[in-house]
Amino acid sequence: MSKLTFARAINAGLRKSLENDPKVVLMGEDIGSLGGVFRVTDGLQKDFGKHRVIDSPLAESGIIGTAVGLAYRGYRPVCEIQFDGFIYPAFDQIVSQVAKMHYRTQGRVKMPITIRVPFGGGIGSPEHHSESPEAYFTHTSGLRVVAVSNPQDAYTMIQQAIASDDPVLYFEPKRRYHDKGDVDEAIDLSTALPLDKAAVVNAGSDVTLVAYGPLVKTAKDAAMAAADEGISVEVIDLRSLAPVDYPVVEASVRKTGRLVITHEAGQSGGLGAEIAASITERCFHYLESAPVRITGFDVPYPYSKLEMHHLPDLDRILDGVDRALGRPNSLSGLEG
Amino acid sequence: MLTDQAGEGVHHDTPGPGHSAQNSLRTGGNLLQLVSPEGERISHPEFDVWVKDIGDEQLCSLYEDMTVIRRIDAEATALQRQGELALWPPLLGQEAAQIGSSRSLHDDDFVFPSYRESGVAYVRGAHLSEIARVWRGNASYGWDPQRINLATPQIIIGSQSLHATGYAMGVQLDGANTAVLAYFGDGATSEGDVNEAMVFAASYQAPVVFFCQNNHWAISEPVRIQSHVQLADRPTGFGIPSMRVDGNDVLAVMAATRVALDRARKGGGPTFIEAVTYRMGPHTTADDPTRYRDPIELEDWAAKDPILRLRKLLEAKGLLTEEVESSVKAKADAVAAELRSSCIGMPDPKPLDVFNHVYSTPNSWIERQKDQYSRYLNSFNESVEEGAL
Repeated sequence: MSKLTFARAINAGLRKSLENDPKVVLMGEDIGSLGGVFRVTDGLQKDFGKHRVIDSPLAESGIIGTAVGLAYRGYRPVCEIQFDGFIYPAFDQIVSQVAKMHYRTQGRVKMPITIRVPFGGGIGSPEHHSESPEAYFTHTSGLRVVAVSNPQDAYTMIQQAIASDDPVLYFEPKRRYHDKGDVDEAIDLSTALPLDKAAVVNAGSDVTLVAYGPLVKTAKDAAMAAADEGISVEVIDLRSLAPVDYPVVEASVRKTGRLVITHEAGQSGGLGAEIAASITERCFHYLESAPVRITGFDVPYPYSKLEMHHLPDLDRILDGVDRALGRPNSLSGLEG
Repeated sequence: MLTDQAGEGVHHDTPGPGHSAQNSLRTGGNLLQLVSPEGERISHPEFDVWVKDIGDEQLCSLYEDMTVIRRIDAEATALQRQGELALWPPLLGQEAAQIGSSRSLHDDDFVFPSYRESGVAYVRGAHLSEIARVWRGNASYGWDPQRINLATPQIIIGSQSLHATGYAMGVQLDGANTAVLAYFGDGATSEGDVNEAMVFAASYQAPVVFFCQNNHWAISEPVRIQSHVQLADRPTGFGIPSMRVDGNDVLAVMAATRVALDRARKGGGPTFIEAVTYRMGPHTTADDPTRYRDPIELEDWAAKDPILRLRKLLEAKGLLTEEVESSVKAKADAVAAELRSSCIGMPDPKPLDVFNHVYSTPNSWIERQKDQYSRYLNSFNESVEEGAL
C-alpha cells in the first residue's frame, strides 16, 4: 500500500500499462518534457521515450483522429485532452469515428482508445477550463464513459480503461489531483471491481445519494454531516457513467425509498435526469418521494468568482437530502 | 491618438509603391528587419516607405507604449502572485509585435485576439480594469467589443481566425474598406480552425490579416512540433501571400502590418504575417518553463529584446533624453498604479449574476433555477432569523 496523490496514482497506472503492453502509446499536448499541465504524465517520456509518450501538435482533432489510425494498426493509444473545454475540436472524431468504428465494421476493427479528460471546476480557472461535458459522451453509443473519484480507482481504472477493447472516456476530477489516498499498486486487475461497476462508498438507510468524480468526496462529507442530525445517507460512487450500474443504485433505492443525484454539469438533459428516469421506471413503487437533482445550473460555466454558486456543495446537497426526506428545505411550500 | 486614423494614416498621405507592387510585396521567406538588435536602422528598398512617417515623436511614442505595456505585464504578474488575479498570461518579449501591429490599425478596423494580446487591448483603448477583470475572475468579458472594435480574448486555440475571416466576409458584403486582423500563435497553426480560415479567406479573398506571433513555444512544445517548415511558408500553399518579419523590431512589424492592411482594404485579399518573436516569460503564471526550456535560449533572446532595441535606436538618434525617460517612467508608474487600484477595488459579482445573459430573452429553465437558488440563499437568512431548519 502506498500513499499517492490522485495525479501520481494515474501516473503509476499509466506507467504500469506502458510496461505491460508495448502497444500502449500516450499522446497529447505538453505530456512529454513538461509531464502535462497537471504533471499526470511526469517522467513517462523520459523513461519510455518520445516514440511512446508523444508530444502532439496543438490539434485535438488531430490527436484523436490519428489515434483512430494507430488503433487500426493495432496500437492502444491513450490520449490526453488537456482540459475539458478543449475536447470539442475532437468531438467529430470521437462521435463519428471512435464511437462508431466497431459497429460500422461489425467488430472487425476495434478502437481500444482511452481518452483522458481532466474535468470539472473549483480551481478558479478562466473560461473553458472547468467544464463537465460527460453527458455529450454518455449520449453517444459506442463509448464507455467513466469518472474516477479517488486515487485507488484512478490507478486501477486507468489500467482497465487501457485494457478495454472499447473506447473509454476517462474523466479525471482536476480539483482532486492533489488529494492523497492509499493505493494498492499490487492490485490484481482480474479480480478488481470491473470498470463498469458502481460502488457503495458509505452505507446508509434513509436516502440514496448518487455522485461521481469530484462530488463523491462532497457527497461523503454531506453524509457525515447528515449523520450528525440522525439521517443515514447511502452514498454511491457511480464510477461508470455509461453504462450506469443500475442494479447497485436500484438495490439501494429499494432500501431507502429516496434518491438524490448530484453532478457539476448542468441539470437539463444531464446524467441525473437519465438516472432519475431509469430508477423511477425500475422501482417506482419503492419510491417515497420524487428523485432530487442537485446540479450545476443550466448556464455556461461561470467566471471564477461565481463558481462556488454554480457548483453543488455540501449545503446544497443537504438541502436536496431534506427535500427527498420531506424535511423543511429551501423549496418548502412550493409545488414541484 | 494611439492608432493610425483613417484619413491621417500613412496609407493616404504616403506615396507608397504602386498598387501592383503592393499586391506582390512579400519578404520571400527572408526575415524583414528595419532595426538591427544593435539598434541600427537598416534601410529596405520596398518597406522603408511604409514607415517613413514614423519620425522622432512617433518613435518615442512607440517606446512609451512598449514600456507601459511591459509595466502592465509586470504589475499584473505581481498582482497574480499576490492573489489579486486568478491567472495572467504574460506577453514579456512580444511588445514590438503587439504594439507595432496594433498601432498600424485604423480605429474602424476590427481585431480578433487570442488571450495574450493585452498590449493590443491597451492600444485599442481598453480600460485597465477591463483588461484585469477577466483574469481576476470577476467577469466573463473585459471590454465592449463594439466600442473598441476588438473581440474578447479567445482562449480556444485558433478559433478566432475563422471569426476574423467571417467578419471580413461581412465587410466585403457591405462593400466597406475596413480591414480585419486576427492574432494567433505558432501553436494555433496546427489547429484545423486556422487552416480552414485560410481556405475561406483565400477562396473569398476576404480582407483579413492573419498575424501569427511565433513566440517559439506552445506551453512546453517548441515550434518544430507544429511545423516542419517556416510558418510563413505554409499560407502560400493556400494561395495567401505571406511575410516573415522580425517580431522584435517594431518598425518592421509596422511596415509589414501596414502593407497587409492596405492590401486588405484595397481588395487585395488576405495576408499572413509571421512575426518571429519570443515568449520570455511562462505560458501563464501557472506555468514553469524551467521544466522544458534551456535557459541559454532565453539569454539569446534577451539580447534581442524589443524594448532594448528601440532604446538603442533612440539613443543613437539622441532622442533618449532625460525628459523622455522621466515622462515614460511617470506614465508607466501611473498606469501600473491605476491597474493595481482598479483591480483591488473591483466589486465582487452578486450571486444571482450567475444566471444573467445566458439568453437574450427570458428563458423558463433559467428563470426557474434562478428563483430556486434565490430561495435557497434566502433560506440561510430565514434559518438564522427563525432559528429553525
